Amino acid sequence: MSAGRFLRLWRIVPPFAVGAVLLAIWEFVVRINGIPPYILPSPLAIAESLWTDGPSLLGSLLVTLRVTLAALAAAAILGGAIAVLFSLSRILELSLFPYAVILQVTPIVAIAPLIIIWVSEPFLALLVCAWIVAFFPIVANTTVGLNSADRNLLALFRLYGASRGQVLRYLKLPTALPYFLTGLRISGGLALIGAVVAEFVAGTGGAETGLAFRILEAGYRLAIPRLFAALFLLSLTGIVIYLVLDFLSRLLLRHWHESAIAEEEE
Amino acid sequence: MSQSRDTSSIVRLRRIGKSFRSGLRTLEAVDLDIGQGEFLSLIGPSGCGKTTLLRIIAGLAEPSEGERRLSLAADRGKHMPSRRVSFVFQDPTLMPWCTVVDNVLLPFRIAGRVGAAERERVGAEIRAVGLTGFERAYPRQLSGGMRMRVSIARALVTDPDLLLLDEPFAALDEITRMALNDDLLRLWESRRTTVVFVTHSVFESVYLSTRIAVMTARPGRIAADLRVDLPQPRERSLRTSPGYAAICAAVSNELVHATAAGSQ
Repeated sequence: MSAGRFLRLWRIVPPFAVGAVLLAIWEFVVRINGIPPYILPSPLAIAESLWTDGPSLLGSLLVTLRVTLAALAAAAILGGAIAVLFSLSRILELSLFPYAVILQVTPIVAIAPLIIIWVSEPFLALLVCAWIVAFFPIVANTTVGLNSADRNLLALFRLYGASRGQVLRYLKLPTALPYFLTGLRISGGLALIGAVVAEFVAGTGGAETGLAFRILEAGYRLAIPRLFAALFLLSLTGIVIYLVLDFLSRLLLRHWHESAIAEEEE
Repeated sequence: MSQSRDTSSIVRLRRIGKSFRSGLRTLEAVDLDIGQGEFLSLIGPSGCGKTTLLRIIAGLAEPSEGERRLSLAADRGKHMPSRRVSFVFQDPTLMPWCTVVDNVLLPFRIAGRVGAAERERVGAEIRAVGLTGFERAYPRQLSGGMRMRVSIARALVTDPDLLLLDEPFAALDEITRMALNDDLLRLWESRRTTVVFVTHSVFESVYLSTRIAVMTARPGRIAADLRVDLPQPRERSLRTSPGYAAICAAVSNELVHATAAGSQ
């Protein structure tokens, strides 16, 4: 077996082994103590529910996923643009950054009802909620990145008579890319959380029901295995979003950034 | 003796002083004329303001008092003589996301001229610093010495009137340093670009320069201005010659005096 393949296996096997052991203990504990499924369903019961309710849950997942991805895209574009504006004008950064922080620390649960009332279109209302949660890490990280350009390189650009636009394009934006991508990875998870929280608050406001509402509904009906199945799908989605963004980050930084360089190469 | 070269001097500094806002005084009444085609080394104890002086010459820092004048071939009379002055920092200062070619191409990219002729120039310059075959490499794939070569290629690609180097080889090992000393000498001998070279090393300064300015400790003044009348082109064998040793001894002596003078 090659060293590279061994390393890859080494990254995959342990987390799955831990999961398998934990699931086995869970199943064992539920069976030994005869815990009823409406208190704690066993993993097998959850799997069974996942099989029977899977198709309808997947439909709901798609609804939630649409909100999540739209919010993430909006966070990436607007968050990046806001950070660039901040880097161009110190006074703009000083005047607006506190409000970005206020938006960040305001509990989304508290303001989601208001947003849902103000924004009549249900999809848009959910999108706004998820966006508020997701955009801050991108703004904060990208702002740091844009301000992290090497001082000597900045001096060199000055010496060659570079315009502000050129400094931004050739120096600040590439410097900020790894920071932006770190923000994006954090925001991926947050956008999902934001979408779920907004759905919890909104209920079935719209014609389509997202995964969050299915969780609520399963809870009311004491269909606890289905609740867990929905939670499982949600977690899986979060992991997939993270992996995709991580892959994207490695792809974009593979030539130069330390974070993206494979160990074997060194 | 420097006054006699006024007509051909391309850098003229008069009574240059520099204080920082913290009250730190780094330069005091520096007078310096640098003639066309000279290789001048600035040598002095740590913190004597060598780097500050170099940044003032480049226009990257403003003197607190005194006058700085550059007479460059294509001086457009602007405050910033763009592209006629090149600067090599102590670190290679490369853009890690760019290949060697794109790093060397930077001055042209900023000037908005990236054509076949410019790419040709870049290729030739990369070959001149001995990096043939590494055009598509990224800085992290290169050794410290090779990165410094890229930095030098970027500085020379615009064919500058004035090349400023700020302790460029200080972080390199002795063998790499000697190799780069030789390469820099060859490049200078073939082009006769005016060079100002900041260094801590007496041996390096004597080996490379036509003239050495010794600075005192803070606040930095020019304590001694020495000609290096060693034969050219210079070969490695020079490093073991009696003439070289004598000049090294003289410069070391001046440096000891200058360091003592500054601390009084």
